[in-house]
Amino acid sequence: MADNLNDSTSRAPVSQTGHVIPPVDDEGMIGARVTLTIDGQEVKVPLGTTIHDAAKRAGIHIPTLCAHPDLCMAGLCRVCVVEVEGMRTLQASCAYPVSQPMKIHTHTRKVRQARRHIIDLMLSHHYGECYACGRNNNCELQTLAKEYGVDFFRFGHPDKPMYAKDESSHSVIRDMNKCVLCRRCVRTCIDLQEVGCLEAVDRGDKTKIATFMDKPLADVVCINCGQCINRCPTGALRANDPTDEIWAAIDDPKKHVVIQTAPAPRAAIGECFGLEPGHPLTFELNTAMKLCGFDKVFDTNFTADLTIFEEGAELLLRLQDALKTKKGPVFLPQFTSCSPGWVKYLEHFYPEYIPNLSSAKSPQQMFGAVIKTYYAQLNNLDPKDIVTVALMPCSAKKFECNRPEMTDSGFKDVDYGLTTRELAKMIQEAGIDLPKMAKSDFDSPFGSATGSGVIFGTTGGVMEAALRTVIELVVGIKVENLFDHADIIPLRGMDGIKYVELTIPSVGEVPAILKPLFESWDFLKGVTVKVAVAHGTANAHKVMEDLKNGGPLSQCHFIEFMGCPGGCIGGGGQPIPTSQEIREARAKAIYAEDSAYPIRKSHENPAVLELYTKFLTEGPCGHKSHKLLHTHYTPRGKYIAE
Amino acid sequence: MITPNHKAPLTFATIEPDAGLKAALAKPRVDLIAEITASQLKGRGGAGFPTGVKWNLAAAAQADTKYVICNADEGEPGTFKDRVLLSDHADLVFEGMTIGGYAIGSKIGILYLRGEYTYLRAHLDAVLAARRAKGLLGKNVAGKQGFEFDIQIRMGSGAYVCGEETALIESLEGHRGEPRNRPPFPVDTGLNKLPSVVNNVETFAWVTSILVKGSAWFKAIGTQRSTGLKIFSVSGDCKQPGIYEFPMGITVAKMLEAVGGSDAKAVQIGGASGHCVPASEFGRVIAFEDVSTGGSVIVFGAHRDMLHVAKNFLEFFVEESCGQCTPCRDGNPKLLGGVELLEQGRCSMRYLNELSSLGETMQIASKCGLGQSAPNAFLSIVKHFKDELMGRTQGEAH
Repeated sequence: MADNLNDSTSRAPVSQTGHVIPPVDDEGMIGARVTLTIDGQEVKVPLGTTIHDAAKRAGIHIPTLCAHPDLCMAGLCRVCVVEVEGMRTLQASCAYPVSQPMKIHTHTRKVRQARRHIIDLMLSHHYGECYACGRNNNCELQTLAKEYGVDFFRFGHPDKPMYAKDESSHSVIRDMNKCVLCRRCVRTCIDLQEVGCLEAVDRGDKTKIATFMDKPLADVVCINCGQCINRCPTGALRANDPTDEIWAAIDDPKKHVVIQTAPAPRAAIGECFGLEPGHPLTFELNTAMKLCGFDKVFDTNFTADLTIFEEGAELLLRLQDALKTKKGPVFLPQFTSCSPGWVKYLEHFYPEYIPNLSSAKSPQQMFGAVIKTYYAQLNNLDPKDIVTVALMPCSAKKFECNRPEMTDSGFKDVDYGLTTRELAKMIQEAGIDLPKMAKSDFDSPFGSATGSGVIFGTTGGVMEAALRTVIELVVGIKVENLFDHADIIPLRGMDGIKYVELTIPSVGEVPAILKPLFESWDFLKGVTVKVAVAHGTANAHKVMEDLKNGGPLSQCHFIEFMGCPGGCIGGGGQPIPTSQEIREARAKAIYAEDSAYPIRKSHENPAVLELYTKFLTEGPCGHKSHKLLHTHYTPRGKYIAE
Repeated sequence: MITPNHKAPLTFATIEPDAGLKAALAKPRVDLIAEITASQLKGRGGAGFPTGVKWNLAAAAQADTKYVICNADEGEPGTFKDRVLLSDHADLVFEGMTIGGYAIGSKIGILYLRGEYTYLRAHLDAVLAARRAKGLLGKNVAGKQGFEFDIQIRMGSGAYVCGEETALIESLEGHRGEPRNRPPFPVDTGLNKLPSVVNNVETFAWVTSILVKGSAWFKAIGTQRSTGLKIFSVSGDCKQPGIYEFPMGITVAKMLEAVGGSDAKAVQIGGASGHCVPASEFGRVIAFEDVSTGGSVIVFGAHRDMLHVAKNFLEFFVEESCGQCTPCRDGNPKLLGGVELLEQGRCSMRYLNELSSLGETMQIASKCGLGQSAPNAFLSIVKHFKDELMGRTQGEAH
């Protein structure tokens, strides 16, 4: 059913969407082929392959800048031009789909000269010095300048900035002085994420990337997902970096600095240290963070498991109201609320659906609240002396921890959101060679986590964790009876929208922890539970439109939404570069971690059960839970006053 | 034709109304396209793509909806022929579009009218209304059973680049006017991803004329590779500026003689994106195979400062570049900067050579025709008037 929903409904200009060349795989490929001669080498490729990709197959490297594997083609930076025999002009190899045999030359004098001119022109507008830039050594413009032997500024170099930096956002900083107008951010924002808060404005030499009416990023519909940062080739876009403040807290002997670490960064941080994607460094990272000076290292998976209890109980309550008591308006499907990019997207674009959003806080915010209350009590610490840092794959988490309502502990629940990239920088600054670290465990009392918590880091993971628990607590059977190794495969993978149905044939006993809320599960007997998963707000957009139109997904009971493509492993705070291939490798690492855990179901997490016995004694969705672990949202709308 | 200085009635004034359309509808589509192809009519907007070939491709494209688009975004500096055609011979243009609709199997015609020509809108709407009233638009056009075609007018918003056909299509779709990558071409993937033919105003008027007078008549005029007649907008330092009709292949000298500009120092042919032809080359012919033009002819008298001419054109491109591709967006300001250095006598020969080389890069590496032709005027002026430009040397900055 969800198949047709995976078709493109992109809002990108036709000039771009019409040109997306799907990755072409030779194996079993049926259809016409065309033979190209590239630098004297023959290569046979399927019709429609771009010159650039055909050259890649032949092992010939053509430089690119505006092209990105996740984005529709643009062909506008012109760095990738090549000479085609019989054509007067050079062709942008990334944007030229081949349809007939051609003879192509990739490094003639004309080509080399054109590329050098283009790089020189970009540099003539690129303000700043490489050694004073966050993207030093990870900058595509710098790489190009090196490849093309730039040793002087042929057409000059700006000696002063032209634009003021936009530092209004808690999440994303824009420094347009470094922008080379490749428009990857625009294509990311409009086409990949379908948010549309960045666009090219003005023309000619006045062209720039701007928000609506050039307003500060904090005042427009930006959802803080940071996908633009991940795709910016230069230092024009970066996350709002709190590392100086965190170092200051670490250096302050009065402060007790704890860090909670989300599952996705551990699967990716190795990339900042030269490792291939998909090489998790979970336990090496624990050691490194201690060496950096963090007093305690906790696993956010603990509150991921807690989320399953809180959000799961909330869903079951909604279902009870809908199917049994039939009281009041019941808002179904329930939406997950752990992705702050998605939450802000909903607040802007579908504020009328806020009642569908789970009131449960994200695992990050739950952890903050628990640390400054329960953990503080347990350890006789004054919560004002505790600094909570959240290692997240995410730029939107920085905004989330600064939401005014996130102070239920009486303090700012989470002080700083720190991205994977920023922690890598701290570790490098401390002179630590992360991959070589000894392994060490998380600190108690939240140390033990489950595999269900880990998979929160990738698309479908929250839903898989929720279903594992629902199957066992409601149906009363082992997940393994339905899915081998408790792996709910239909929820996995990179399809934009996934859909699963599960009929509850019989029900078990209500477990003690849920007794205050439910007498029995009889109302669920025979019910077919329908769930869906969407990742990336472009897919969320499709699901929401389907819901609005009363489409098939409106029959769902529960939908997992993640703001970023691939879920958290593709978050805006993750190492650069990103691509589907890289995200898949990270996801694989996440699932491997999951299967390695002795406990793989959230409801079996002993630390969480202990928290409910000792602290949240009224159980999930009880009074104290509501105060500390649940929140409310702000309808923002998408119209901005001039 | 209502221009003060035309010497003889233009061919368009002699074409009997509706005769072209009737002749076209009497033919099978294949024969109609064959007639246009046989005339060897090439696009009058300046690019010179064979109209018959374009129509044939669009006719062969499989789609339920296709578009016939008339490019009336006449923005090339020094061009004003389409404005006159639309005010005096709008019927011929609409007739040509209707013929195009029949030829390619399209029901929808769109006139994309330059924003600055908004004053023509009421007149054009009235012409369209009259054609509808006469049954020349709508269902069963001119009595041809089953052939439905109507024309709507859409306004441009003042961007020069929207005269480039793919940017025009983007603009029609409501996007920034920016050229697309090619391929795919509009005949295959045009407006709303559907096959679209985009032709210049004058091209459509010639289509109508060819249907009346026959392809043999048209082909007999001009050169082997550039057939037929062409309308020119002549301005600048000549005694009789205005709209002229000349056969293709006319020499620059002969044209100057006709317009009273024989003592010119140079002629800019093809507008800002065209070439500057110095007096020593006035023997060259105006044709697609030599000096090609969409109709703009600007005459420069002996007293003109060629550096000023180059500067004027570059200022135009710095402003009108769509800002999409690097060579055009960032290259034009560098060329302009060079001209300013030349003005102050502070541009070294080495830097001038560097800029000429940059201009050559822009010609081959820019994304669309605008960027590719933007350095033409600069390069031809540098080539032909180097002494005049460098004569100002006072001190060198670069």
